[in-house]
Amino acid sequence: MNISRRDFNKLIVSGIAGSALGVFGGIGNAYAAKNRVVVIGGGFGGATAAKYLKKLDPSLSVTLVEPKAAYITCPFSNWVLGGLKTMEEITQTYGNLSSRYGVKVMADTAVSIDTARSTVTLKGGAVLNYDRLIVSPGIDFKWDAIQGYSQEVAEATMPHAFQAGPQTVLLNRQLQMMKDGGTVLICPPANPFRCPPGPYERASIIAYYLKEHKPKSKILILDAKDKFSKQALFQKGWERLYPGMIEWRGAAKGGKVQAVDSAAMTVTTELEVLKGDVVNIIPPQKAGRIAFDSGLSDASGWCPVNPVSFESTLRPGVHVIGDACVAGPMPKSGFAASSQGKVAAAAIVRLLRGKQPVSPSLVNTCYSLLAPGYGISVAGVYKISAEGIVEVPNSGGLTPIDAGDDQLMQEAMYARGWYNNIVKDIWG
Amino acid sequence: MPSKMQIILTACVVLSGTLPASMEAVAAGTRAAKRSKAADVDPRGQVLAFSCAGCHGTDGKSVGIIPGFYGKSPEYLEAALKDFKSGARFSSIMGRHAKGYSDEEIHQIAEYFGTVWTKNK
Repeated sequence: MNISRRDFNKLIVSGIAGSALGVFGGIGNAYAAKNRVVVIGGGFGGATAAKYLKKLDPSLSVTLVEPKAAYITCPFSNWVLGGLKTMEEITQTYGNLSSRYGVKVMADTAVSIDTARSTVTLKGGAVLNYDRLIVSPGIDFKWDAIQGYSQEVAEATMPHAFQAGPQTVLLNRQLQMMKDGGTVLICPPANPFRCPPGPYERASIIAYYLKEHKPKSKILILDAKDKFSKQALFQKGWERLYPGMIEWRGAAKGGKVQAVDSAAMTVTTELEVLKGDVVNIIPPQKAGRIAFDSGLSDASGWCPVNPVSFESTLRPGVHVIGDACVAGPMPKSGFAASSQGKVAAAAIVRLLRGKQPVSPSLVNTCYSLLAPGYGISVAGVYKISAEGIVEVPNSGGLTPIDAGDDQLMQEAMYARGWYNNIVKDIWG
Repeated sequence: MPSKMQIILTACVVLSGTLPASMEAVAAGTRAAKRSKAADVDPRGQVLAFSCAGCHGTDGKSVGIIPGFYGKSPEYLEAALKDFKSGARFSSIMGRHAKGYSDEEIHQIAEYFGTVWTKNK
């Protein structure tokens, strides 16, 4: 499509900056007063956005709403299962965001958003006004997708451990209590879901623990899909490190779990009923509740956004980042959420100044650990095209399948370095 | 009839397409002068460069085993990124990242990091 310069200018005003009409709305310096940004959710997306908003423009008033005083990261929570990290080591707090960057952190829960009045109401009763709102709520689970599974079952007997914290502790305790010769069932959902390599790194690190302490045990992955992230690299690593210990059964081989019985510790697939000593059910997911309740999600359960600014295509003035948003081929990862947080922050600073956002690039970098000295990675660089967010051709990709031991060792070391730097970049 | 989203995207692509041309006009000799004005941060270079911090630390200040690059010159960074991109320099992961950027974008990223540390000198 060819567009003339005049049309182009019209598009900028009506299109990209359309939701900033309040800014352009003809009132001389109206935007000078527009400097209030509220961020809902203090995870990888929200905390990054809050910090980078203040880094880009210290004059902004930035309020971060997060009920938890401490945030336990999902990345590296699998490492806890192998005794390679403690819960304390994967716990982040918000002190630096307020003391170093001047973010106002409110320990409260956002219960509703009024986009007509541009307000957020908190559980404690406070009502926050915003000029721009960022919603980074993470995931919620579709509890009714697997018969017999529920939040109560997850908390008592069959943890999902896909929101780190008490769930991680429960799964870890169950593994430690399990007898040698026991069976661990790991049951990942179909795509899309948070942290696509997560269940398979989990299988690897549980195998590392079992090989050391309970070598007669087995891990059976019952998968709702027929292929998975970094599959060839994981399977090669399992063969080398834990021969015979991990079995993966895809959907075509009857892997999809349809029901569970938490009293009997069994899961039911299309083909059979299987018993586990430890059962890790990772249910299908959707955008976190506040996004869902505020009309930010569509029929898919996730939130469509303008890929340049991550502004909702359903609710102008509200930006959705992280796992909750639909970002083309970007995986739902902590790194992707942080990358989106930076892009949204930069876009918002420009929109509040009456400028249009620049065309960004987005990045993902995910390391997975198979053993303390055996790491693999996936990298992705993304641009904006007429189709939305697309991966840059001939870029990114996986650790080579024929990578030598020295490179796998280096990736394992860089995985640790990745964690140290990304959490400092976000919460430090 | 294109949807509103397609129009938005098209406008943005056209916009971004105009940026590399203007950057090409920046001759190497004017770099230092350009850099000395810390306020003149190229917004696209900045948003591209923000990605690097996820692994290398904020502004390239690494606290762990991953190499940091805070304080390195834009010329060094540009050459290093281009060598990673071409494969002339071995890397476990940087080659995969560097291939995601045009030479102009690499230049913009390198220039941005130049403004970050020169303004703190």
